[in-house]
Amino acid sequence: MTILEGTVRENYIVTDIRMEENITRRLEALGINSGTHLKLMNRKKNGTVIIKVRGTRWAVGRDIAVGIEVTPGEMEENIHGSH
Amino acid sequence: MEAIRVGFVGNPNCGKTTLFNAYTGANLKVANWPGVTVERVEGETAYKGQPLKLIDLPGIYSLTSYSIEEKVSRKCIMNNEVDVIINVVDASALERNLYLTMQLLELGKPVILALNMMDIVEERGMEIDLHRLPEMLGGIPVVPVSARKRTGLDVLMHAVVHHYEEKHKPDVVRYQKYLEEKIAVLAQKVEETYGIKENQRWYAIKLLANDEEIQKEYPIDDSEILDRSYEKDIINQKYDYIEEIIEDTLFYKSEKSAFTDKVDEVLTHPFWGMPIFFGVMAVVFFLTFFVGDALKGVFEIALDNISNGALQLLEQLKVAPWLTSLIVDGIIAGVGGILTFLPNIFILFLALAFLEDSGYMARVAYVMDGLMGRLGLSGKAFLPMVLGFGCTVPAIMATRALEKEKDRRRTILITPFMSCSARLPIYVLFAEMFFGNYAMLAAFSMYIIGMVAAIVVALVIHRVETHTAHQNLLIELPEYKTPNARTIAVYVWEKVKDYLTKAGTTIFVASIIIWFLLNFGIHGMVSDVSDSFGAILGHWMEPILAPAGLGMWQIGVALISGISAKEVVVSSFCVLFGIGNANSAAGMMTLTSQLAEVGFGPLNAYCMMIFCLLYVPCAATIGTIKKETYSWKFTLKMILFQILTAWCVSTLVYQIGSRLI
Repeated sequence: MTILEGTVRENYIVTDIRMEENITRRLEALGINSGTHLKLMNRKKNGTVIIKVRGTRWAVGRDIAVGIEVTPGEMEENIHGSH
Repeated sequence: MEAIRVGFVGNPNCGKTTLFNAYTGANLKVANWPGVTVERVEGETAYKGQPLKLIDLPGIYSLTSYSIEEKVSRKCIMNNEVDVIINVVDASALERNLYLTMQLLELGKPVILALNMMDIVEERGMEIDLHRLPEMLGGIPVVPVSARKRTGLDVLMHAVVHHYEEKHKPDVVRYQKYLEEKIAVLAQKVEETYGIKENQRWYAIKLLANDEEIQKEYPIDDSEILDRSYEKDIINQKYDYIEEIIEDTLFYKSEKSAFTDKVDEVLTHPFWGMPIFFGVMAVVFFLTFFVGDALKGVFEIALDNISNGALQLLEQLKVAPWLTSLIVDGIIAGVGGILTFLPNIFILFLALAFLEDSGYMARVAYVMDGLMGRLGLSGKAFLPMVLGFGCTVPAIMATRALEKEKDRRRTILITPFMSCSARLPIYVLFAEMFFGNYAMLAAFSMYIIGMVAAIVVALVIHRVETHTAHQNLLIELPEYKTPNARTIAVYVWEKVKDYLTKAGTTIFVASIIIWFLLNFGIHGMVSDVSDSFGAILGHWMEPILAPAGLGMWQIGVALISGISAKEVVVSSFCVLFGIGNANSAAGMMTLTSQLAEVGFGPLNAYCMMIFCLLYVPCAATIGTIKKETYSWKFTLKMILFQILTAWCVSTLVYQIGSRLI
């Protein structure tokens, strides 16, 4: 499934990024790549989503969201040093 | 003494260029958005007698060789063009910024980490362990700086001078065993085959990641070791290490995060998000109009006193009448007329600063993404448009954030329709003169007409060009925070200063020119304005502006002078009708009655407001558009297009309106 089909407020793990090379690179540099834990925060009708990755929230347009393949998974809560 | 060559490297928007400018004293604005221009800028400075050559490299997220910027930066570093790298890092987004740092460390050059934006880190209630961080980065110097407040600058250069020859640990990131084994084998092969004595580890890692350039220049034939691309493994393991660093060095209160989530549930709500945004904008406008007006009284009294005082003083000094006229009717009326609107401008920018600093503005891009998508634009394009309510110049510069040149140009085309603060005095003046109790409604309608014009234009272009809209928004939504009083004060002061500077320069000069045009004619100084140069010029424009209900020579003059800055329309009205302070009740009465004499009523006033809203952007904006698009052709076409739009819309309104009334 892609993140676009996810449920809001659920946690996922990225399994694959299927995008043109330059966008994949951009996502990589922002820390969104396979194995990354993310949480789907919000989704609009037109497919724009808000995801939370590594403590940062990103608004991601539909064309990019359909390229992010995910599988359900728990977010490690203490991952961002909130201790 | 030989200069030390220092390369500035960092993510886009990490404050790299601000820091660079702080040292070189330069005010370089280098266009640097993905794929358009790639330039490196050089400057010079010295620290305790040691000359330093500073090189500002393009902002990049990573050091792969996929974009031109990345290639330029990598080449510059690898070809020994720099002795030491200053890695500028946005400390408030440490985790994301460290990815580039990891790659820089692998290059083996001396690296100094400049932790920028520490003030924001503190504001957000976060803390960074400045003892542990350098330890985990292989012992490189870590220097907290604030490019904006100019703190830590000397410490950073001290670090450069003392550490520029110091090599750090080459293997800050240790990969998992299977990768390290491969790296060891490849590193040795690279050394044997190509005689590379330095930094073999980096070549080995690049070969494992299937890096095109390195594979081409230094091919290694070993299908057993290089059985597949290990790029993903390398990326992920780098991030694993970054997570470790974050865990060990960054502390913050997670309640803040939960708070943001709660607020976002409301503000980015799929349905309510947009109505809330329009509500917010309505409140901003209401404050600008009402609170601003309340504060205005003080300014009016002051201006009246100055004007009368100057007149008396000049008469006592027996100054030549023409000079008295220039000072009182020209400069004080022109510049002073503009200054009385300062409270409105102040409140508007205060509100915008508040929205920006709180973190709401980024959400607007998300909220408006759907609507903008239908216009063939990304939600990101809405941010410059909102900034356009303040001033068109920074708004046009903000379109740099858009990646596609086509999207940029379209956004640039429609941004001037968002009514900027310089147009506010025009609305305030005409609305209060002609619309009494409905003044605020009349003025507010200008903002709506401007937005509708922008939407219609965008929609028409979208339909004509029939290209599919890209839904490729990608924007960070920062945590909400209580706006910082200092940040807001700096922001508002900057804008107010700009406004005052404009009043003192552009508007000052324009007032003198207008005064000259109105007091001089072919036969020298004239006693009757209708013989002046201005009148001649204005009369020539009368037939063109007549269908729009603006067929008065004074309006022609005011509109032409308004190109220097939109406020000048107001000051030229003051000068044209010889009123000291158009914004005072008495001044308005005089002006209204004078205008009524020549058949200028509410409908004409409304058309005037529309024309001013839509016609040619001011000189500063024209200059910015040229600079940002690199095209006079586009700029001139745009100017022509806007004049036509203004004329058509105001003519339409006037023709329909005059038949109805």
